[in-house]
Amino acid sequence: MNDITTVPNLDSGKGATLPNTQANTSKRSFKSLLVWESGLFVVLVASVIGGSILSPQFLTAGNILNLQLSIGEIAIMALPLALIVITGEIDLSVASILGLSSSLVGYLWMHHVPMSIALSVVLVVGALLGLFNGVLVTRLGLPSLAVTIGTLALYRGVALVILGSNIVSNFPPSYTSIGVNSIPGFDISYSMFVFIVLAVIFGLVVHFTPFGRSLFAIGLNKEAAAYAGIRVKRTKTTLYVLSGVICALAGVLYTFRLSTAEYNNGSGLELNAVSLVLLAGVSIFGGRGSILGVVLAVATLGTIQNGLLLTTFPQQAMGVVVGGLLLISVFVPNASLIRRQFQEFKFKKVAKKRSNSGESMGDLETKRILSSATGGKGDMLQS
Amino acid sequence: MNSQTLISKGSSKKTSGDRGDLASRIFRLREFGIFGILILFVGATTVARPRFLGGQNIRFILIDTTVFALLALGETMVVVSRNVDLSVGSVLGLSAFVSSNLYQQFHHVALVEVFLVGLGIGLVCGALNGLLVTVGKVPSLVVTLATLYIIRGVDVLIVGGGQVVANSLPNSFIEVTSSQLLGVPTVSIVVAVLIGLGAYYMKNFRSGRDLYAIGSNPDAARLVGIATSRRVFNAFLLSGAIAGVTGVIWASYYGTIDSTAGTGYELQVVAAVVVGGVAIFGGSGSVIGAAIGALLLNTINSALYVLGVSAFWDQAIAGFLLLLAISLDRGIFVYLQRTIRRKKVLGGS
Repeated sequence: MNDITTVPNLDSGKGATLPNTQANTSKRSFKSLLVWESGLFVVLVASVIGGSILSPQFLTAGNILNLQLSIGEIAIMALPLALIVITGEIDLSVASILGLSSSLVGYLWMHHVPMSIALSVVLVVGALLGLFNGVLVTRLGLPSLAVTIGTLALYRGVALVILGSNIVSNFPPSYTSIGVNSIPGFDISYSMFVFIVLAVIFGLVVHFTPFGRSLFAIGLNKEAAAYAGIRVKRTKTTLYVLSGVICALAGVLYTFRLSTAEYNNGSGLELNAVSLVLLAGVSIFGGRGSILGVVLAVATLGTIQNGLLLTTFPQQAMGVVVGGLLLISVFVPNASLIRRQFQEFKFKKVAKKRSNSGESMGDLETKRILSSATGGKGDMLQS
Repeated sequence: MNSQTLISKGSSKKTSGDRGDLASRIFRLREFGIFGILILFVGATTVARPRFLGGQNIRFILIDTTVFALLALGETMVVVSRNVDLSVGSVLGLSAFVSSNLYQQFHHVALVEVFLVGLGIGLVCGALNGLLVTVGKVPSLVVTLATLYIIRGVDVLIVGGGQVVANSLPNSFIEVTSSQLLGVPTVSIVVAVLIGLGAYYMKNFRSGRDLYAIGSNPDAARLVGIATSRRVFNAFLLSGAIAGVTGVIWASYYGTIDSTAGTGYELQVVAAVVVGGVAIFGGSGSVIGAAIGALLLNTINSALYVLGVSAFWDQAIAGFLLLLAISLDRGIFVYLQRTIRRKKVLGGS
C-alpha cells in the first residue's frame, strides 16, 4: 500500500484530468483487459439470447445482414480511432471525413469521372484530411480534442461547399449492390468483410509488433516514450493519416449503402464511433485497449441495437442505449476509485472529530495528504 | 546571504508582476482582437450591403446571439475548470419541448412556471453531469458525450411523433423574445446584464476564481485546499441550469419545437467559447470574450447571407475560425513562456 501515486501529466492534451487512474490502470492493465473482454463477451451472448427470444426474425440470415450493414461503417471507423485513443489523443472528425468523402464521390460522379479514379481521389483526399489533423496536433502541439472539433465543423463545411444541397443518387447498381448485398457465398456484408480484414491486420500490428507496443508506450507516458526513442509525433501523425484514409473508405461504403451522396451523410456518427471505442475497453486516457475488445464491442452494440429495432423501440431514441452503454463502460473500471473516494470521505469525518478533540490542524493536514497519496487507507496510518 | 535573499525575492516579485501585466495586456489584446475582427466584418459588410445594418437584421443577429451567448456563459465556467459540457444542446432541446408543451397540456400556465420547469430540467441534467464527473471520476468529455445521447433520447421518447406549434403558444410566451426596448430585443438586454454579472462573478468571487485555479492545475488547486469537486459540480449545475432556461427562450423564439431542437448546438457553443479566447485546457478566458465569440460567429453567418455567399460556407468558416483561434491561443502561450523564461534568465544573472 505504499506505492506513490503518480500525478498525471498535466499538459498531455486531455480535456479533463482524473488523478490516480493512470497508475492504477497501467498496473493492472493486462488483468483488467481480460476481465473487460470476458465481460463484453458475456453481454454479447446475453444479448444474442435475448434477441432471439424477443423476435423469431432475429437469427435469420436477412436480419444478420442488416445488423452488419447498420454497424459496418462505424465499426470500420472505430478501428483507427481505437489506436488514436490508445496513444492518448482523440479524433472527433471521423464522421465529417466520411461525409466529405461521400460528397466528393457524388461530386466526381456527377461530373462523369470514372469510378476507379474517383475512388482513388477520395482515398488520397482522406489521407490529406488526416494529415492536416495530425500536423495540427503534433507539429503545432494543439489539443486533439479542440483540433478535431474544429475540423469536424471544417470538413463538414467543405462537404457542404462541394455538394451544396445536391443529392447524387444515380450510382450504377454494380456499385450500390456492394453497399447492400452480401459477398456471394458468404453471409457477410462487404463493409463487415472490410472490417474483419482490417481488424485482423490491426490486431497483428497492435499486439505483435514493436510499432503496436509503441502506441501503448506513448499513451502511458509520451515523454518516457520519446526518451525511449519512439518517434511520438511521427507515430501520431501516421495514425491520423491512417484514420483519414479508412474513414474515407467508410464514406465510400456509406454512399453505396444508401446509394446517396449528400453533404450530411453520417453526421453525428463520430459519437457512435467514440462510444464504440470506449465500450471496447480502450481507456480515454490512453495506454490501454485491444483490437479484440473493439471486435467484441462492435458485435455487442450491433446486436443490442438490432434486437431493439425488432421491437417497437423508436430508432431515434437509440441514443439512450448507446449513451447508457458508454456510461457503464467508463464507470465499471472506476468502481474501485469511487469506493476509495467514499473511504476518504469517511476518513475526513474522523479527522474532523479528532480535530475537535484537540489534535493540531497541521498534523491532520499532513495525514490527509499522506492518506490521499496512499490510496485513502488513512485509517491504517492513524492506528 | 541576507542581501542575496533580498535580491532574489525582489527579482522574483518583479518577474511575477511583469508576468501579470504581460498576461493581462495580451488577454486584453485578445478580446480586443476578436472585437476588432467583429468591427471589421460589420464595416466591410455594411459598405457592400447597407441593409446589413438594418434594424430587423440586427435584431435577428442579436436574438440568435442571445441564445448562444447564454449557453456560452455556462460553457465558459465549465471549460475554465478544464472540463467540457457537450450536453447543452440536448438539455436545450428537452427543456424547450417540455416547457412549451405545458401550454398544450394545461389551460392556465403562468410564464414563471414555464421558466421554472425549464430551469428545473436544466438543474437536473446539470446535476447529473456534475455528479458523474466529480463522484464518478469519469472525464467530462465522456460523461457529457453520453448524456448528450441520453438526454436527446429521453427527449425523443417524450416528444414521440408530436411537436409544439406556434399557434398553440400564448402571446405572453412569444413576447419573451419579440418584445423590444428602444428597438433592442428585451431578452438580449437581460442576457447582456446576466453576462455582465457572470463576468463580475468569475473575476471577483472566490468560487469564481477557484474555477481558474482548478483549470490551471487541478492537483495544485486540490492541495491548496480548494473544494475542487464542489466547484466543478457547481459549474456543471450552472451550465445545465442556463441551458434549461435558454431552451425556454429558444422555444419562444422559434415557436415550432420538435425533438431535433438544438441538435449540434454543443459544437457551436464550444466554438464560440474557444473563438472568444477561452483556452480549451482551462485556466484562462472570460465570459465576455465568449459572448463576443458567439456574436462574431453569428455576425459572420448573417454577413455571409447578406453578401449572397451561399449559406454553404457557414460551417466551413466557423470550423476554420475555431482552428485559427486555438492556433493563436497556442502561439500566445508559447510566446508568453519564452518571454517569461527570458526575463527569469535576465533577472537571475
